[in-house]
Amino acid sequence: MSKHLESHIIRPYGDATGDGQVQVSFTLPVAHDKRAEGAALQLAAKMGLEPAMVVHAKQMGPHFTFFVVYGRCSHLVDLDKVVVMEREFPLLAPKEVSAAVKRSLRRPLVVIGACIGTDAHTVGIDAILNIKGWAGEKGLEAYSDLEVHNLGAQVSVPDLVEHAQNLKADAVLVSQVVTQREAHLHNVTQMSAAFREAYPAGTTPVLIVGGPRFDESAAAELGVDRIFVKGTTPGEVASYLAHRLCATPAGPRRPSANKKAKQKTKRAGVR
Amino acid sequence: MTRRGKGKLELDPAVVRKARSLARKAGKPIVTLAKTHTTVSVERAVLRLAGLSGADPEGEPWVNHVVDAVRQDVGLEHGVALPVWHAMASGDYADLTKLAQRAAAGSVIFHAPEGRDATRARSASRKAAAAGLRKIDNNRKTRDRFTKKYGDPPKPWIYLIVATGDIYEDMPQAQAAAREGADIVAVIRSTGQSLLDFVPEGPTREGYAGTYATQENFRLMRSALDDVSAELGRYVRLTNYASGLCMPEIATLAGLERLDMMLNDSMYGILFRDINPIRTFVDQRFSRQIHARAGIIINTGEDNYLTTADGVEAAHTVTVSQLLNEFFGKEAGLTDDQLGLGHAFEINPTVPESFRLELAHALLARELFPNAPLKWMPPTKHMTGDVFGGYLLNGFFNLVGSMTDQDILLVGMLTEAVHTPWLSDRDLALQNVRYVMESTRGLAEDFVPAHDGFIVQRSHQVLGEAIDLLERIVDDQLLNAIADGTFGLMKRPADAGRGLDGVAKHSSSYYNPASELLDEYFADAKGHAR
Repeated sequence: MSKHLESHIIRPYGDATGDGQVQVSFTLPVAHDKRAEGAALQLAAKMGLEPAMVVHAKQMGPHFTFFVVYGRCSHLVDLDKVVVMEREFPLLAPKEVSAAVKRSLRRPLVVIGACIGTDAHTVGIDAILNIKGWAGEKGLEAYSDLEVHNLGAQVSVPDLVEHAQNLKADAVLVSQVVTQREAHLHNVTQMSAAFREAYPAGTTPVLIVGGPRFDESAAAELGVDRIFVKGTTPGEVASYLAHRLCATPAGPRRPSANKKAKQKTKRAGVR
Repeated sequence: MTRRGKGKLELDPAVVRKARSLARKAGKPIVTLAKTHTTVSVERAVLRLAGLSGADPEGEPWVNHVVDAVRQDVGLEHGVALPVWHAMASGDYADLTKLAQRAAAGSVIFHAPEGRDATRARSASRKAAAAGLRKIDNNRKTRDRFTKKYGDPPKPWIYLIVATGDIYEDMPQAQAAAREGADIVAVIRSTGQSLLDFVPEGPTREGYAGTYATQENFRLMRSALDDVSAELGRYVRLTNYASGLCMPEIATLAGLERLDMMLNDSMYGILFRDINPIRTFVDQRFSRQIHARAGIIINTGEDNYLTTADGVEAAHTVTVSQLLNEFFGKEAGLTDDQLGLGHAFEINPTVPESFRLELAHALLARELFPNAPLKWMPPTKHMTGDVFGGYLLNGFFNLVGSMTDQDILLVGMLTEAVHTPWLSDRDLALQNVRYVMESTRGLAEDFVPAHDGFIVQRSHQVLGEAIDLLERIVDDQLLNAIADGTFGLMKRPADAGRGLDGVAKHSSSYYNPASELLDEYFADAKGHAR
């Protein structure tokens, strides 16, 4: 391990340092014969796997073949050139989020969510809000100290602002899944402008948007506080809310791991 | 059949009877509620049964136009049948579509007829609804004929999902899935359809994470599967979803287009889609009556409880839901062989003895419902993206399915939680199923858990907890229990949720020809059974 860090240039590891061994599987739209295996090897070579070996080939139906290929990858990775966007807040377990809300707000934290514009696809907002949740994590509705109002699909911006005011929302979550001609950017810009107009400066709720087409680093540009992209779990959103709206929760802050491990609802034990 | 014989879990028949009687007690007030209310979707289903289909150029279905117009003129509480067929008799309309077009233009004023007018409208509407039911009956006969002609696959039936969003892509994919071994093809619906208060019209080519359920899509897919059934010499069943705000209409369309199985849970929409409880129960009873008549097997959604709650702690909520689904289903006329009660392999694999717990739970469902075609659902919650580990987990899932004689096996994908299945994912998954089923064929016969051992005790414990929960539900009333968050922690009060404004209490002159015909049919069937 330390050896790799010293060199900063690494390659895949099979059973010996520097062997570059990689395993891939893929399907080609051809029946299985010698030519098909040759095609698999040609593809492997183009992926940088050379020499490569087809260890398994199985025809599926008349027109497809599945391959498992092992090979030596000729590419190198320079660790110094790896760029990642680090999560700026610690991941909390649901109980820790609730404790933080209780301690700092002494009332439930009010979250409203909606799909705005013509988007009728509530899959994103539902995954984050509905108790059923997503990726093995319960949605925000399951958190005892979050008061969640899911307004559903095709909510107009004025309605959203009005609901936010009536419900005294602390945070507003907006999802945009299906979009055409950059409508998601337009909708969100319009939404954030409407909130700034309706609220005295500095009192707008925390504005959060999510969806597969957003760029995580474009929050300021769109006038919102945070953007969440594909793969975000309810726990991440809840942790962010606690981070933004509640005083720094007690307990040691762990530096975020260098890889984005799939965090379950339970906080991983500190080693 | 071995499994129908003496139980392996030594369940006390008196305890099982008690569980059923509590479910009946909990469900009865709901049935009364369902019998005394109607919804916009029930009324639209009556019109669909009577043959009204199609939509205006904007895509709003004619049935919506008619029900909205009637509602505006005379309210929903009398039902739409009498006002509609009274209008048909008083005006000059070639058919229901013409009436609907005029109603949409605002040039029809509906009245609630009385006296002889009411009698005439009643008999005309009854005739129209009966014609629709005849189509459903004929479809049922056709299915019976095809299962004889093409052959009915042996259990467990292999259940695969297709979901491209484009019906014209779905058809060849479904045929390919059937050729690969699927006995059942389920077409997942487009996200968000459950919250639409209308059924889209025509063939659809755009959907998100699924394909819209429409009458034309149903017809196209059933016909594609008929072709492949003939080719393969086995009847391939088609599944869709009768849930959400249009449950009664979708059930009706399923009956009219010979779908074979429908997802139809008693509480899923309430808990997971925040649909109003009364709306759900009223819609559900009508949809189940239609399913019963159509010979459609319902699939219930107990697996969902375990995706939100813990697979061990919440095991008894599955049993409670199965018992409630059984009560509501049978009350609506479904027979045992139409009750595809659900359960799932969702215990955290790191829990010690998790496999024995899964076996205990699966066997409990098997023995509580010996004649129901149980639907066994693969792991989802603990599928992580580690496709290798996931493949092993699916193997264990298949093994439980074999050892406990499950009837409908939803095939687990190693890439669950990663992406919608690729061709190779499906092929690998089916290899897994085939290996386990072939290598353990008949193992259920050898598998007899130790007398008073871990599995037997665990099953008794779960049944005991289920009875305790049912007792609390009976004391509290089911609607209050739902409002209080008894199920999956979700609080769903009866006076909130989506679709509540589409519910009306029957007036003394309420009339629904479809309900009347369905009630008569099941009363008859019960009479014959005695």
